[in-house]
Amino acid sequence: MSYANLYEVPGPRGIRRNRVLTGVIALGLLAVAYVVYVRFDEKGQWAADKWTPFLRADVWTTFILPGLAGTLGAALAGVVLAGIFGLVFATARMSEHRWIRVPAATVVEFFRAVPLLLLIFFAFFGSYALTGTNISAFTAVVFGLTFYNGSVIAEIIRAGVQSLPRGQSEAAYAVGMRKNQVMRLVLLPQSLKAMMPAVISQFVVLLKDSALGLIVGYDELVDRGLNGIAANFSNVIPAAIVIAAIFIAINVSLDKFAHWLHGRTST
Amino acid sequence: MLTRPVLVLSALTALALTVTACGGGAQEYASVVDKAQGDKKLVIGVKADQPGLGLRTPDGSFAGFDIEVAKYVAKELGVEAKDITFKETVSANREAFLQQGQVDMVVATYSITDARKEKVSFAGPYFVAGQDLLVKADDTALTGPEQLNGKKLCSVAGSTPAQKVKESYAKEVQLQEERTYSACVDRVLGGQLDALTTDNVILAGYAAQHGGKLKVVGKPFSTEKYGVGLKKDDSKGRQAVNDALAKMFSDGSWQKALQASVGASGFSVAQAPQLERY
Amino acid sequence: MEALLLEGDTILVAFWMTVRLAVVSAVGSLLLGTALTAMRVSPFPVLRSAAGTYVSVARNTPLTLVLLFTGLGVGANLGVELSDDLATNNFWLAVIGLTAYTSAFVCEALRSGINTVPVGQAEAARSLGLGFLGTLRLIILPQAFRAVIAPLGSILIALTKNTTIALVVGVAEASVRMRELIETHGDQVIQIFFGFALGFVLLCLPMGLAFGRLSRRLVVAR
Repeated sequence: MSYANLYEVPGPRGIRRNRVLTGVIALGLLAVAYVVYVRFDEKGQWAADKWTPFLRADVWTTFILPGLAGTLGAALAGVVLAGIFGLVFATARMSEHRWIRVPAATVVEFFRAVPLLLLIFFAFFGSYALTGTNISAFTAVVFGLTFYNGSVIAEIIRAGVQSLPRGQSEAAYAVGMRKNQVMRLVLLPQSLKAMMPAVISQFVVLLKDSALGLIVGYDELVDRGLNGIAANFSNVIPAAIVIAAIFIAINVSLDKFAHWLHGRTST
Repeated sequence: MLTRPVLVLSALTALALTVTACGGGAQEYASVVDKAQGDKKLVIGVKADQPGLGLRTPDGSFAGFDIEVAKYVAKELGVEAKDITFKETVSANREAFLQQGQVDMVVATYSITDARKEKVSFAGPYFVAGQDLLVKADDTALTGPEQLNGKKLCSVAGSTPAQKVKESYAKEVQLQEERTYSACVDRVLGGQLDALTTDNVILAGYAAQHGGKLKVVGKPFSTEKYGVGLKKDDSKGRQAVNDALAKMFSDGSWQKALQASVGASGFSVAQAPQLERY
Repeated sequence: MEALLLEGDTILVAFWMTVRLAVVSAVGSLLLGTALTAMRVSPFPVLRSAAGTYVSVARNTPLTLVLLFTGLGVGANLGVELSDDLATNNFWLAVIGLTAYTSAFVCEALRSGINTVPVGQAEAARSLGLGFLGTLRLIILPQAFRAVIAPLGSILIALTKNTTIALVVGVAEASVRMRELIETHGDQVIQIFFGFALGFVLLCLPMGLAFGRLSRRLVVAR
């Protein structure tokens, strides 16, 4: 984690020079922040009446918390289903049978290439054309999250399995395991362990992407929180800042969790 | 070692999905009238982000002209205001909600068009709106769509009104599409854009919300007939809702509701529209 | 099918917009991402923490909100006008938003690339008398880049797909057209979807293959 080897440990003169440069840089950053502050102030973005709504309990219980529940609900369903999809398709893509491998690869590559927004649109509007019934916005969002992130996770897992030393599977076969046992008991657990940070950062992507549910009217944090609050108090920017802060807090904790997990499992 | 948690989780998700899928499907009624009489409850689809028309307020209730209309109609059908569940709809999902039975009725600035009549039924219209412009209150230059040449006009993505302005009135207008009206209003207030276009009554809602900073130009250049959306072929429901609307027009509640919702912007309409029974 | 054929021209225009957004933002993200990486490994704590904060904010905010901030925040409230023409202005605002977001991912990838470069490389560079920037530019970054070509490819593909969210700042790219087409030709949803999906597959699949091949060819043999 330390990059200190990229530069010499500064001597007395170097330390002085670094201090001066640090000061200059800090001033520069502060100046930028100040300009942004002043410009926003000119437009009245810091006006108290745009921010006080966030001190009201009912704003939280009516807009933010239900929105958060929607976001987390879709994300949780998406994480579980995408995880399953990823495991299944990663295994299928590494199959020895061509007739399993090729279709699995096609599906994974297709869903990796199609934007999530299009998938959600399609699920929402296409379900009627395909099956004659409409699906709920929740299902459309979860569908998109599952197939898109699932195919990415499939690739992560496959890369993890391929990165394992060949000796692992050879040894497993040598002790008489079947193909499915080798995959299930030896290769997948190790690759999942190695790839956990990548899988979790994909879950962060998934959580953020659930915000796209707003285009089909799914009640999530951006739609319900941001749009709902802004419609009442006409404070788009302050509301966006608060909502973004909530997302950042959740995702940073997920990140921290991933690091902690990695630290625990990689000993 | 990894299969068991995965199985448990997938079972849980499957359960969650079934629960959401089956939620609310108590009993099927042929008409909204039967549902109102049988259950004494209604689910009504409304807009949740349009001040003056349909807005979810911080206390969790809904307010606006559409809401007043919905409450009046529901009452005539025998459902008290407290037994109405308002459900947010967006333009994209109104037909779907009615078809699936997720809502019994839609009162959400829902223009009656022939294309939509193929999927749902309409009662009404309960309001005739017209496309208009919202500008800053001190803007005296912009008095109609013809003057938009070289100006910057905001509209909401996926809506056709802005294209119409460009095609029929001002070829040189620059169009900005935003995701929500609030964003458009912000940019008109900030002065980067000159005007926002959509139906006048929606604009009036924003003008009322921003007391004195914005005004509606007041020269509508189209007609949009707002109807109450019902499940397709529910002619009994259409009949009953139309009767309720006729009563609302004649006993003065309609005028009062409109005045209370968007009157603050100085917007008023002399008389209720003609019902189109079909 | 007719809907796709009928509107073929507008669809191509929309995809051209997607390509332009992706290419310009990719160049921007690569530059900004590299600069951020340099800041994160620099001798100045203030730069390190500024870049670190930036990356974790940008990486953890939904792109919808990032673009909303560039559209409303940078555009409307900071009063940045990049062009008098609204469409051009929106294009550049979208590029700023996409760059701001994607560069955080580029920075993360590059940083893990730097981790793969053995310590001896930097020590040898310093013993030759190279300073921080020299070490980074001549020794570390070239090797780091070669180690992370595949992840950079994934980021580019994600960026291409993310251009669909530029509709938030009012750029008429492919997804906007798809939505309009679905609204006007409701009976051909399936064909329209697969038409647009095919467009993205055609854009993204070659990218994935090319980056895969490139990463194998340029791998640093150790």
